[in-house]
Amino acid sequence: MDFFLQLLVNGISLGFLYALSALGFVMIFKSSSVLNFAHGELMAIGAFLFLALSAWADLPIVLAFALTLIGSFTLGFILEKFFLRPLIGEALIQVIMLTLGLALMFRGLLLFIFGGDIHDYPKFLPEALSMQWGAIQIPAVYVAAFIIGILFLILFGLFFKYSSQGIYMRSVADNQPAALSLGVHVRRVFALSWAIAALVCAMSGIVLGIINGINVHELSSIGLKVFPVVILGGLDSIGGAILGGVIIGLLETFTGGYISTSLREIIPYIVLIFILMVKPYGLFGLVEIERV
Amino acid sequence: MQDNIRLLINNISVVYSDVIQVLKGVSLTIREGQVVSLLGSNGAGKSTTLKAISGLLKPENGKVTEGSIEYDGKPVQNSSPEEITRKGIIQVLEGRQEFKYLTVEENLRVGTATRWGKPYQKDLELVYGYFPALLARKKAMAGYCSGGELQMLVIGRALMAHPKLLLLDEPSLGLAPILVKEIFQIIRRINQEQGTTLMVVEQNANMALQIAHYGYVMENGKIVMESGAEDLRENPDVKEFYLGTAASGALKSYKNVKAYKRRKRWL
Repeated sequence: MDFFLQLLVNGISLGFLYALSALGFVMIFKSSSVLNFAHGELMAIGAFLFLALSAWADLPIVLAFALTLIGSFTLGFILEKFFLRPLIGEALIQVIMLTLGLALMFRGLLLFIFGGDIHDYPKFLPEALSMQWGAIQIPAVYVAAFIIGILFLILFGLFFKYSSQGIYMRSVADNQPAALSLGVHVRRVFALSWAIAALVCAMSGIVLGIINGINVHELSSIGLKVFPVVILGGLDSIGGAILGGVIIGLLETFTGGYISTSLREIIPYIVLIFILMVKPYGLFGLVEIERV
Repeated sequence: MQDNIRLLINNISVVYSDVIQVLKGVSLTIREGQVVSLLGSNGAGKSTTLKAISGLLKPENGKVTEGSIEYDGKPVQNSSPEEITRKGIIQVLEGRQEFKYLTVEENLRVGTATRWGKPYQKDLELVYGYFPALLARKKAMAGYCSGGELQMLVIGRALMAHPKLLLLDEPSLGLAPILVKEIFQIIRRINQEQGTTLMVVEQNANMALQIAHYGYVMENGKIVMESGAEDLRENPDVKEFYLGTAASGALKSYKNVKAYKRRKRWL
């Protein structure tokens, strides 16, 4: 029973990290219908940027974290402005090829700068953050993952529900010509969604880096896991991304704990195939409102 | 009514995808405070004219290739919709383009996009004042509203932007006659109370000419007739081709060569 609870807790915190990173993916897809294949690389860039700032430049942790977030936000903006904007209105395949190209370029660049070894952050999470209930032990990093995950999911939820900019972003996702006719700055919305996506990617990249160590290949393969998560949840549903993330996180830890650790990495993709067969729009995929 | 010219379209040609010419030299004038209606059959170029004004041609790969559009004396042809809406020209698209997955109130809030960071509570009250039906539905998802509510919603949404020139593309499309009447009364009230200059594109010529001060008739990408709304209503050709009542009151048959020739002269 203790083992079960331990896995449950680990799975949920891992799941929130997946959910957070999937949020970035869904946001881009929702506003501009772009499938971002450079997702894992954005996570890796965030993780390495934080490494460079915290371990190498020796900045205080909070400052390094803030700078990483600002840096990723700016990177997202730049990516949209220089790479994706010229492709607005082009066919989907061109855009996918572009993000694939970006992914390879980033991966090569990171390998060139940081090499293929596993790096570690200096220990900075206070031990007080870890929790212990009887035999269940929750490491500090999982508590942090849980808190960061929940906090940002709530923040983004509020942002999209109530802020004007959030409503404009949803309006563009909903009906682009109408948004344009009301003067919503559609290109700015695209840029903002990329910037926010890069920011949440960086955040989940950092926390995953703390858990698994920072490695280019590792992080970009975790980035690929965003596909099972979002397809399970429904490509354009933020709530679905959260639930999908938690489900995949739980499945992974339980498979790893009870069946075999080598199956752990595969299980999300098995789910992906299964979901595509029985419920191709995912759990919360857009149900087209049709008035008959 | 003032005589200041709000919008001056001077002999514009519009071409889609570099090859398809839709407007062939359209000129029209909209004076401040007026309601101008633009009539014509399907495919005459009415919507294209509106889109040329509001800058929405661009996403459809259309372009003003000749002529000029001057708004308050400054050329605006081929500007981006972001710039044009911020000058106060707002177009209400044809066919009730609501945001399906946003609530009614959120839909209205999108209308404030041109006035970044300004309070909107008062504008909401104004819109609910014109359209009380929306107040009752403000938390409902727009995708589940009725056609009449949606037409009110999209007009209200445009009002949130404080437009100086409001372009309405077929506000009567697919609505019950009684609703059409109600909506046109509200459009007239908006013109009178807010001082908004309006341009209404309509198939329902009868309704449009009742609230308009001035009217234009388009055929095949050209303006074929223009006049004060009163005169247009009395014009025998308009009566026959658009209002559906011939001068004699009886339906004309296609055999009537005279009518055919008269019609042909227009095209």
